[in-house]
Amino acid sequence: MRTTTCLSLLVLAGSIALPAAAQKTTAEGIAEYRALLQDGNPAELFEAKGEDLWKQKRGPKAASMEKCDLGKGPGVVKGAFAELPRYFPDTGRVQDMESRLLTCMETLQGFDAAAIAKTPFGQGEQKNLEGLVAWISAESKGLPLNLPQSHASERRAYEVGKRLFFLRAGPHDFACATCHGADGKRIRLQDLPNLTKNPGAGEGFGAWPAYRVSSGELWGMQRRLNDCFRQQRFPYPGYASDVTVALAVYMGVNGKGGKTTAPAIKR
Amino acid sequence: MADPMRIRAQAAGDKTTVRILMAHEMETGQRKDAAGKTIPAWFIQEVTASLNGKTVLTADWGPAVSKNPFMQFTLKGAKAGDKIAVTWKDNRGDTRTDEATVS
Amino acid sequence: MKNRRQMLTQSAALAGLAATAGWLPATALAYSKDAFDAKSVADALKAVGVTGAPTESKDVTITGPDIAENGAVVPLSVATTLPGVKQLMLLVEKNPNAVVAIFNTSEFVESNFTTRAKLGQSSDVYAIAVMNDGKALFAKKEVKVTLGGCGG
Repeated sequence: MRTTTCLSLLVLAGSIALPAAAQKTTAEGIAEYRALLQDGNPAELFEAKGEDLWKQKRGPKAASMEKCDLGKGPGVVKGAFAELPRYFPDTGRVQDMESRLLTCMETLQGFDAAAIAKTPFGQGEQKNLEGLVAWISAESKGLPLNLPQSHASERRAYEVGKRLFFLRAGPHDFACATCHGADGKRIRLQDLPNLTKNPGAGEGFGAWPAYRVSSGELWGMQRRLNDCFRQQRFPYPGYASDVTVALAVYMGVNGKGGKTTAPAIKR
Repeated sequence: MADPMRIRAQAAGDKTTVRILMAHEMETGQRKDAAGKTIPAWFIQEVTASLNGKTVLTADWGPAVSKNPFMQFTLKGAKAGDKIAVTWKDNRGDTRTDEATVS
Repeated sequence: MKNRRQMLTQSAALAGLAATAGWLPATALAYSKDAFDAKSVADALKAVGVTGAPTESKDVTITGPDIAENGAVVPLSVATTLPGVKQLMLLVEKNPNAVVAIFNTSEFVESNFTTRAKLGQSSDVYAIAVMNDGKALFAKKEVKVTLGGCGG
């Protein structure tokens, strides 16, 4: 509420002082726009759905997700998001939140994980995943990112992710690093986070899943990465594929200590 | 049945800030789908809020209100424990009411 | 297949409808369709019965960002400290239809309302206080709409 009062004073002051020099910079303007949106994030509507879905008996096995192990023990949701991706002994591989949800939806509820992975974003079970990732990430909100690197597979995933991050490919010879590999980069009016180290890595990685106002949709990290690949004119990565998990490990480990804001609100 | 709203009502002195998030597409009727057909308008037209059963706010909306609408207003003379109810009605005649307690 | 929470929400919703059904004042205003169909600010004001041209007033405020990263969601507040106000309207001049929302003032709420609007393009946005005597007072500001990032 105080922000609005200060802003109305700023706005009134701005309208009295006519010269352009008196007005704030574009970056400040964008920051103000984002601040105004913080209170009342439609992602909360998805969180409510996700909590219901976690507890609801669904699928061919008519079971809930309440026994799903997200890395901190069966059913432990608080804090799990801040430690993903990580290695899981039962599947023998490093998994991110969405990959792990597929595992649980298949083993506990009897869904066909491969079919869900092929389902387009926003449809069918992919729509339900939006609610689940929103809620699960909300249960870690404000916690510092703390991805484990104790298992050899986790360390290897980091190294693979790093190479993928800097790999130039596609018809435009882009790499993730082209946009996110150094400080001070920008696309039009958007400042791009440097994902190779903090604070950019923590802020960038810790903000997804997020509600995107431009489409009014809740995007998980998988959808965010998928869209990055599309923008670089790369072939689409598979949903919850090793490539996406490796990149997530690279960013998340680089962001160690950064406080999560997911589910955030984005343009 | 439409998804529930999120209503937060916080009292500070004799002023209560009420913040509401509604789940609604708010389709303008200006967009076309992939086949080129116009997507019909579908949006909340009327919003009412009540305090302990008494109407305190009414508003008319058009399709230019953003998708998954947010609304904030300040109530006078409410206190912790009071009941706020918010109702919306859209152009299809669908309606939804949710309640919250002032904290 | 409803879970318990859905059933509770539904019964609460039905109870809410029943409770409010008899409580609305008989003079509840009908939906102002003509105002929302109006293309321009001037036509919208005519549709709500405003007489004469609106005058700018320091006692009416429109609050919002100078620049929006995306026109789909622009946070805006309309407010006034004046007495004798019937309605507070939020308008976007360059939208296909100018009126975004009409808030009816009451003794129970402050004349200060916040919502989020779609802006089709950079435009002046207006807060207009429609007075009981049929006059209109306004405040306006410009909001620039941009398209951030890789566009989309």
